Amino acid sequence: MTDTTIAPEKVEIQKGWGGQSVRRKEDKRLLQGEGVFVDDVKRHGMGYLHFVRSPYAHAHITRVDVSAAEAIDGVYGTLTGEEVAALTDPFFQISSVPGANIKDFSLAVGKVRYVGEPVVAVVAETRELARDASELVEVDYEPLPAVVDARKAQDSEAPVLHDDAEGNLMWTGLYSWGDLDAAFAEADRVVQIPELHFHRFNSTPLECDGALVEYNRGVGQWTIHTNNQFPGFAAIMMGPAMRVGLDKLRFVTQDIGGGFGNKITSHPQLVVCCLLARKLNRPVQWTEWRTDFHLSMSHGNERWFRDTEVAVKDDGTLLGFRTKALDDAGAWLRYEPLGGVIWAQVTPGMYRWRHIELEFTQVATNKAPVSPNRGYSRMQHLWFTERVIDIVAKELGLDPVEVRKKNYVRAEDMPYETPNGCVYDSGDYAAMLDLALELVGYDSIPGKRAEAKERGKLLGVGIGSTLDSGTNNFGQSRLINPELQFSGNNEVATVKLDIFGEIVVTLGTTPQGQGHETTAAQVVADILNCSVDDVHVRAGHDSYWNSHAGFSGTYASQFAVTGLGAVKGATEMLRDEIFKLAGAVFGGVPPEALELADGGIRIKESPDAFLPFMACGAIVNANNAGLPEDLDVTLNCRYVYRPPFEVPDVETKKGNLTLTYACQVHVAVVEVDPETGAYEIVDYAAVDDCGKRINPQIVEGQVMGATAQALGAAIHETYEYDEDGNLLTPNFYDYHVPHALDMPPLATGAIESPSPFTPLGTKGMGEGGGAGIHAVCAAIQDATGQVVTDSHNPYQRVWRLLQQ
Amino acid sequence: MDVTVTVNGTTYERDVEPRKLLIHFLRDDLDLTGSHIGCDTGNCGACSVILDGTLVKSCMLLAVQANGASVETVEGLAEGEELTPLQQAFNEHHALQCGYCTPGMLMSATALLRENPSPSEDEIKKALQGNICRCTGYWNILEAVKSVAK
Repeated sequence: MTDTTIAPEKVEIQKGWGGQSVRRKEDKRLLQGEGVFVDDVKRHGMGYLHFVRSPYAHAHITRVDVSAAEAIDGVYGTLTGEEVAALTDPFFQISSVPGANIKDFSLAVGKVRYVGEPVVAVVAETRELARDASELVEVDYEPLPAVVDARKAQDSEAPVLHDDAEGNLMWTGLYSWGDLDAAFAEADRVVQIPELHFHRFNSTPLECDGALVEYNRGVGQWTIHTNNQFPGFAAIMMGPAMRVGLDKLRFVTQDIGGGFGNKITSHPQLVVCCLLARKLNRPVQWTEWRTDFHLSMSHGNERWFRDTEVAVKDDGTLLGFRTKALDDAGAWLRYEPLGGVIWAQVTPGMYRWRHIELEFTQVATNKAPVSPNRGYSRMQHLWFTERVIDIVAKELGLDPVEVRKKNYVRAEDMPYETPNGCVYDSGDYAAMLDLALELVGYDSIPGKRAEAKERGKLLGVGIGSTLDSGTNNFGQSRLINPELQFSGNNEVATVKLDIFGEIVVTLGTTPQGQGHETTAAQVVADILNCSVDDVHVRAGHDSYWNSHAGFSGTYASQFAVTGLGAVKGATEMLRDEIFKLAGAVFGGVPPEALELADGGIRIKESPDAFLPFMACGAIVNANNAGLPEDLDVTLNCRYVYRPPFEVPDVETKKGNLTLTYACQVHVAVVEVDPETGAYEIVDYAAVDDCGKRINPQIVEGQVMGATAQALGAAIHETYEYDEDGNLLTPNFYDYHVPHALDMPPLATGAIESPSPFTPLGTKGMGEGGGAGIHAVCAAIQDATGQVVTDSHNPYQRVWRLLQQ
Repeated sequence: MDVTVTVNGTTYERDVEPRKLLIHFLRDDLDLTGSHIGCDTGNCGACSVILDGTLVKSCMLLAVQANGASVETVEGLAEGEELTPLQQAFNEHHALQCGYCTPGMLMSATALLRENPSPSEDEIKKALQGNICRCTGYWNILEAVKSVAK
């Protein structure tokens, strides 16, 4: 079913554990049902929390009465928006004005702004009782008109969500690099694209959000067992809002049932849990229902690209473009408007455009708040650049393959600085395209096209070439709001030898299936020259340990750089300490005379002089009398990896916004039934280059997962609203995610172009850049001969295209 | 209501609310948290268990409907530390990432292989179509199941 092809000339021969598809250490517990997901965590006397949610997209709240609910035996208590407004401050806003002015609390205060917005929380003895009691909470609403189309949000008659912002404009900024006038003057042709639309969907991790929160009254600290995937961000949102220091918020995760960015912005719900755990003096458990997740959590950014003009030469050389991006934030700015700059990490896509202007505007609408979703904000922009390529090729009558190859950033130009100062670290995009085309048998396509035609089908081929930029420079937030004091990035690991010589690794990350325990062990084992089986990586994140930093978490394609960079740093520190210790124990042997081997350290020339790790751990931890006073070793090493970044220039909006650029080239071959618009992907290839692969099987798994999500989004998945702001796809009946029967044949390929900028030559790669969406759109355009303007192409839309 | 249910060979007697779902009974009352919940609508299959030899979604049954029945869950698959060939194949083929859908996948595939030890690829896909995975794209899951099919 799947077939992996590796371009042999590009692959370095790996030695040691790194580069091997080591079997995952996580699997045994997960295969036996012994993982610990957040809903598995239980405490004596805990209460179950259920949210009363808004049935209206926009309404004033005129009365809230919880007395009937609270009167029921077994109901422990409630929390209202009024209480939240008294007990907390609004969440800190990332945006500059006008978005900065909005007042965002963890429950609706005075007004609701989308269907499904939490209004009241009820805690009861059982899940069922909490849900029943919620029905008894009386909320009176005074409905208001709603705005659900971002294009109408700034109309003078549009209803305003946030009076404090004096309109629905949340953030706007003009990005302009190069010389647009010169580019358009030089152009043979200006291709006009009136409107393109990237639709609203998200990755729907199978496990919804949740938490079990305990309050330790004696020390005033909350322990938050959760599946939030970015505790560092949750902490800086929650602490100031709750008027406590971050030391009072302990985040604990173990196994997380998928995240994909969607679990970054659960901080409002976590605040509610915290307030109720304190108010009721008992542990509070919240597990989101699937319908609640669809209604209210982390939709991906919906974006319109309007009035696009592309300056091109007749031979297909791309000179520049200008466009207006209109982004629909939904009702609140929970991570936004960072999407207004994140896209700029991949400003020219994979192409050598030097003159680019993009006016970015983000507006509020009466829909669920958007938040990061796999490929966050870059995917939308890369879909745009890929659509532009195919539309230009169509208008010029050129081959999309040739237009790409003519304009791709070339391997010999790497590292390549983009017009806005980002540096593409490595890669050979043309070689990747060649490999992808080979995997679908591109030479045989004309014959297959003719054969399909005989059967009454339209065959189309589409390319999606895309980037997965990883390891954010958080300094880019200053392009959104120059007042912000964020920049750089970091991640932490600790590695120690315990008393009996156990090698124990602690990560600051919050993996959701990416196999961190395994790849971290591979890195450690290579440095300490031991087996991966001897390396014990603690599962999950706990901010109580000193193994986290401000940006700790698992998001934005960065573990292979930041997480493993930290693991490498800490392990090298430990290695150096083992050398120092052994040198002292052996009576002053210099490090160069020692070597690590067989789970210990020995003198090269006298291998019998051997100190096993067990002895090292025991000597330092439990038997240290007589060690030299100046021997500064603890065998417990903490390292913070900090990527080399500068603060971007807020005036020119230039700077290196991310450290690495993994790249993907996908090719889809589709067959369309012209009678119905139904289509099938009959061949598919995905080629990935993420630099050095520590564990190729895990990398390929990420490629497959990203491909499946992109295909689901391209064909089936959409958060559609009616005019009144009702979500029409609030569960898995209406929101169709791919099933086993939906999956096409897949061939994967890999090229390795090690990053020159990272500790291990790796690049983050988990997000995948949405290549499948780009490829399917291009294939449908090729099959139907009609310009595809929407990222979501269910069969009925293809049928409509065919009627044009 | 009093119910008596045998799960993985152990018989449990409990007093449950008539409306309690079987999945909540397994997870909350018996503390067998291996079976998961991924939706409200019976679509995702994360809660799949085998009840008296038949694959069921335990969120689509009430606990009282399992009275007198014998239930198999993911916790009962392995013999102690020894994983079943199917579980080993999932590990070998990287057929799981976050692991949340995995217990349901394993139960569905186990039920399939008992009924049809030599399924075709299409039969495997059909047998797993009631189980949603958001991480893997299913390709490696199919490879894992195929590898243990006779």
